[in-house]
Amino acid sequence: MIEIRDLHKRFGELEVLKGIDTTVEEGEVVCLIGASGSGKSTLLRCVNGLETYEAGEIVFAGTRVDARSSDIRALRTHVTMVFQRFNLFPHRTALENVTEGPIYVKGEPRNEARDRGLALLERMGLAEKAQAYPTQLSGGQQQRVAIARALAMRPKAILFDEPTSALDPELVGEVLGAMRSLADEGMTMLVVTHEMAFARDVADRVLFMHDGRILEEGLPSDILSNPKEARTRDFLSRIL
Amino acid sequence: MEKFITDAQVYLPILLHGAQITVALAICALLISTFVGLILALMRYSGNPILSTISKSFINVVRGIPVLVQLFYIYFVLPEFGIDLTAFQAGALGLGIAYSCYMAENFRAGLEAVDHGQLEAAQSIGMGWRLMMRRVILPQAVRTVLPPYGNTMIMLLKDTSQASVITVAEMTFQGKMLAASTFENMSIYTLVAALYLCMSVPLIVLAGWLERKFGTK
Repeated sequence: MIEIRDLHKRFGELEVLKGIDTTVEEGEVVCLIGASGSGKSTLLRCVNGLETYEAGEIVFAGTRVDARSSDIRALRTHVTMVFQRFNLFPHRTALENVTEGPIYVKGEPRNEARDRGLALLERMGLAEKAQAYPTQLSGGQQQRVAIARALAMRPKAILFDEPTSALDPELVGEVLGAMRSLADEGMTMLVVTHEMAFARDVADRVLFMHDGRILEEGLPSDILSNPKEARTRDFLSRIL
Repeated sequence: MEKFITDAQVYLPILLHGAQITVALAICALLISTFVGLILALMRYSGNPILSTISKSFINVVRGIPVLVQLFYIYFVLPEFGIDLTAFQAGALGLGIAYSCYMAENFRAGLEAVDHGQLEAAQSIGMGWRLMMRRVILPQAVRTVLPPYGNTMIMLLKDTSQASVITVAEMTFQGKMLAASTFENMSIYTLVAALYLCMSVPLIVLAGWLERKFGTK
């Protein structure tokens, strides 16, 4: 569903992605791990067209991802993103955050969008928080609203950019639980994370990135328990 | 004090007539400056280098020229290019354009105060630029903009007195004429000052109300 071929990306002089090749199949959950600055988030942002890239290409469900093309908006409704800092719209309620895209981007009838928004919030365990504003919610609740907002677009894939890194430790579980249930339902997910337990239990495949390259990829059990590369071992020993 | 009261009874009706023109001028100039200022700020914020440069240059040129000179220019120079405006029109346009630059900078500060993550969140659900501005960025920018906007509104109201130099018969102009012909400087200018104060109080209240309305949540 997502094909990435020889992707290069630079910020000025600094080359952050130095030739990335990988494919994410439909229904697959792929976790991207690696140290900060290894290019994980940049790779994710390129897939959503939030960043441009210089060379190579990303193809999503047959369409080339190009941040500068006019197709990018339509494409983003198929592959939405969940951010580290939630980025909920602070001037709208939880429900309005969820229905914003369906109503204003996709033109769905209000009642329909509202009913589905409520159902999504309920599924995230937030039915009673529909009328709350983001500032009235905990970090974990905000992130679950953000996941509901992404789901409301009926995407084919969701990108998660360190979705639990800004959360207090005791709130991480509820967000990972929500993500796990999505994975169980067959959602295609590309997840940048430092949660190795989540990667081990939920991911179909783990990619270890180092210095703008995918150094190692494979089954979670292989990568996390028996890494071949010294750098992967080094990284895991520091994080586990 | 007694003399002031009798003077007030004579001069107040004339000054109030001037006050009406002051209010009309302030409202017209406020509408022009808000509209033009918003366009300038959006051009600057658009990320388009051409629009941004045009906006920046316009703001710097207009901001660098005194309001008085701008008023003279519009009222006395434009007719030579076939654009004939009444004193009131020239006053409203001149003040409107002069203040659009301050407004633009207020709006820009508000737009730039909106967290970059909001843009990305809006984009990530497929919003285009216009929808994102209308639904996500502008409603949040309004909160930051209101206090300086209220401030600029009050400055604008007071600066309408500058239009007296191009013969707009607003309150300061009326006061000057009265004082010159009666020499009752103290009574007349005290009344003028008091009337300006009376006009800015509702603006202060309005600004406070708007801040409360948009500031919570």
